[in-house]
Amino acid sequence: MREVSIVGIGQTKAGEHWERSMRDLAVDAISAALKDAGLESADALYVGNMLSGELTAQQHLGALVADWAGLEGIEAVRVEGADASGALAVRQGYLGVASGLQDIVVVCGVEKTTDADAETALAAWSSALDAEYESFHGVTVSAMHGLLMRRYMHEFEVSREDFAPFALNAHKNGVNNPNAMFRSAITAEAFVKGGMLADPIGMFDAAPLCDGAAAVVLCPSDRAGRIASKPVRVRASGVATDRLALHSRRDPLFLQAAYASALKAYQQAGVGPSDIKLFELHDSFTVMAALSLEACGFAERGKGTRLAQEGAITLQGRIPISTMGGLKARGHAVGATGVYQIVELALQLRGEAGANQVSGSLGMAQNIGGSGATAVTHILEA
Amino acid sequence: MKPARDVGIVGYGAYVPRYRLPATEVSRVWMEGKAGLPVEEKSVPGLDEDTATMAIEAARNALARGGIAPRDLRAVWVGSESHPYAVKPTSTIVAEAIGATPRVSAGDWEFACKAGTEALQAAFGLVGSHMADYALAIGMDTAQGRPGDALEYTAAAGGAAYIVGPRENSLAYLEGSYSYVTDTPDFFRRPYQHYPEHGGRFTGEPAYFKHTTGSVHALLEELGLQPSDFAAAVFHQPNAKFPQRAAQLLGFDKDQIKLGLLSPKVGNVYAGSCLLGLSAVLDEAKPGDRILLASFGSGAGSDAFSFVVTDRVTERQALAPKTMAYIARRKPVDYALYARYRKKLQMH
Repeated sequence: MREVSIVGIGQTKAGEHWERSMRDLAVDAISAALKDAGLESADALYVGNMLSGELTAQQHLGALVADWAGLEGIEAVRVEGADASGALAVRQGYLGVASGLQDIVVVCGVEKTTDADAETALAAWSSALDAEYESFHGVTVSAMHGLLMRRYMHEFEVSREDFAPFALNAHKNGVNNPNAMFRSAITAEAFVKGGMLADPIGMFDAAPLCDGAAAVVLCPSDRAGRIASKPVRVRASGVATDRLALHSRRDPLFLQAAYASALKAYQQAGVGPSDIKLFELHDSFTVMAALSLEACGFAERGKGTRLAQEGAITLQGRIPISTMGGLKARGHAVGATGVYQIVELALQLRGEAGANQVSGSLGMAQNIGGSGATAVTHILEA
Repeated sequence: MKPARDVGIVGYGAYVPRYRLPATEVSRVWMEGKAGLPVEEKSVPGLDEDTATMAIEAARNALARGGIAPRDLRAVWVGSESHPYAVKPTSTIVAEAIGATPRVSAGDWEFACKAGTEALQAAFGLVGSHMADYALAIGMDTAQGRPGDALEYTAAAGGAAYIVGPRENSLAYLEGSYSYVTDTPDFFRRPYQHYPEHGGRFTGEPAYFKHTTGSVHALLEELGLQPSDFAAAVFHQPNAKFPQRAAQLLGFDKDQIKLGLLSPKVGNVYAGSCLLGLSAVLDEAKPGDRILLASFGSGAGSDAFSFVVTDRVTERQALAPKTMAYIARRKPVDYALYARYRKKLQMH
């Protein structure tokens, strides 16, 4: 298996794109990534997306995006794993290059949620849950995480306010990311006063659904130096799944898939949590940020919020997370998120993160589908 | 845009029904009292009120201030989203009731919330062309909110009537106007639908703000004016936040929009919205004041007007009930009475 590197990255702003359609956004991101790589063509395209069928009446994204991005005739396919679609597309691209069957691969995550009203978008997003046993009963993604957060608070004896550092950190980092949807810091008072979405999930616990696209160009590491001045090596790529319905998990308060995919990644890279200098985790909800830290070995069970309160998650802390705003402030363009995480990690490792620059050459990104049934972990190195 | 003949507002009159539904009531019924409230309360028409009856009272107030005979009106034009009939003009009912018929032109206008200023724009054209000396333009609505929808907090009833005539008889003359329109489907209703559909957040930036700032920027540029030249500015008021943000974006301050910002107390009176706000400003205006009026109608577009108040305003303000008097005349109702008055309880 060959080593794989990232030689080009591109992204659109995440937010409400009233004037850009889904294909427009995909083309924007792919064009930027190819330009960054100094390339004009590719052998294959993997498109990460969750909701195009339900919200834009458009499936068949592999062919569509290849067509519109000027990659006529190449192998192309859409990859879906709910919120983890983006990183799963990166995974497929990685496999294509690592296998030796593909040399230059473009991966694009794209999502358009704001052309539908909020209720419709939330209902569509809730197809990430178990349709027959969960969403059938009217529970939404937010409500599901509300149940999880409430159980977390009960078992580990923490309060709502204990989750605030995740939101405060994300919003503070969003200020310096020109592509972030939200670029204003928030206060602890605002966190507490924010209205409830799905008690105890408040307005500032939940990442906003939005539009956006991000893209990367992959190639074999032994060619990367000739293409890019600062290639980023993919040291590991690991995927695991878990039982879909939350009530079917062996322990709903332990993200088994996140743990298993991280373990695969650590083993492949020959590293452990203490070697990771920054972690772009899946902060769709503040409780998921806490659970992700615990599953990946950065905090003990039930102590994720404590780690955040100690300041360990800030840019100056021991394990910076959401360094460019995370899902919370950059925005959660569902199927594009996993690729945004990789792009942001690559920016950090290239030393191009501006005011949010973290030092260190090894970083991790983890993208989770739904309430934890799919987890995709990548470890990148400068 | 400016007609060849100098024209202005000769008389004006408001109407707001007396019933009020506090936003807390809507929140109590639909959200267990836990919702954010876009206004304090909204006006609710009584069982025997509709756009026609309300337009007639506003028109009578305008005639009282204008001091002209109803037969001198050559057009009666009502703009609304809630005309009582799909076919049969509200305007003829109003024209007949106020004594303007039969030597009059009448017809209904529709452009969502800017139907009233559409009628006003056309009235300036009619009088400005010398086809008529006086024309009556009314924006009035009894808006219906879908129960449980976000717009139910604000869909309200009320509006104002304006008699347009020559500048020589005006209490405020027209410096110029500008209309900015695109095909933007942010809010619409098919004939077979009882309640409109709206595009959520799409009604904000790409609709309300784009068109409002578009018309005002263009008007100010054409007239060579700046926000600081105005004593007051009145924007379309679907809630409390939007007009305040529009003012901020355009460079107007809180004091300039204060008098004309009525939505917190009456809700969104749709086609009557900014016209009602303007009537409140005219009630307190001084000669020489320059006033900006900028409507917004979904679909979408904005009409912007610049008026300068004349000496005649002082003697005419008190000749009819002031807008704040209509606002102060309030009788709160609960959600149940509101549902009855708005005929949401249908037993078949």
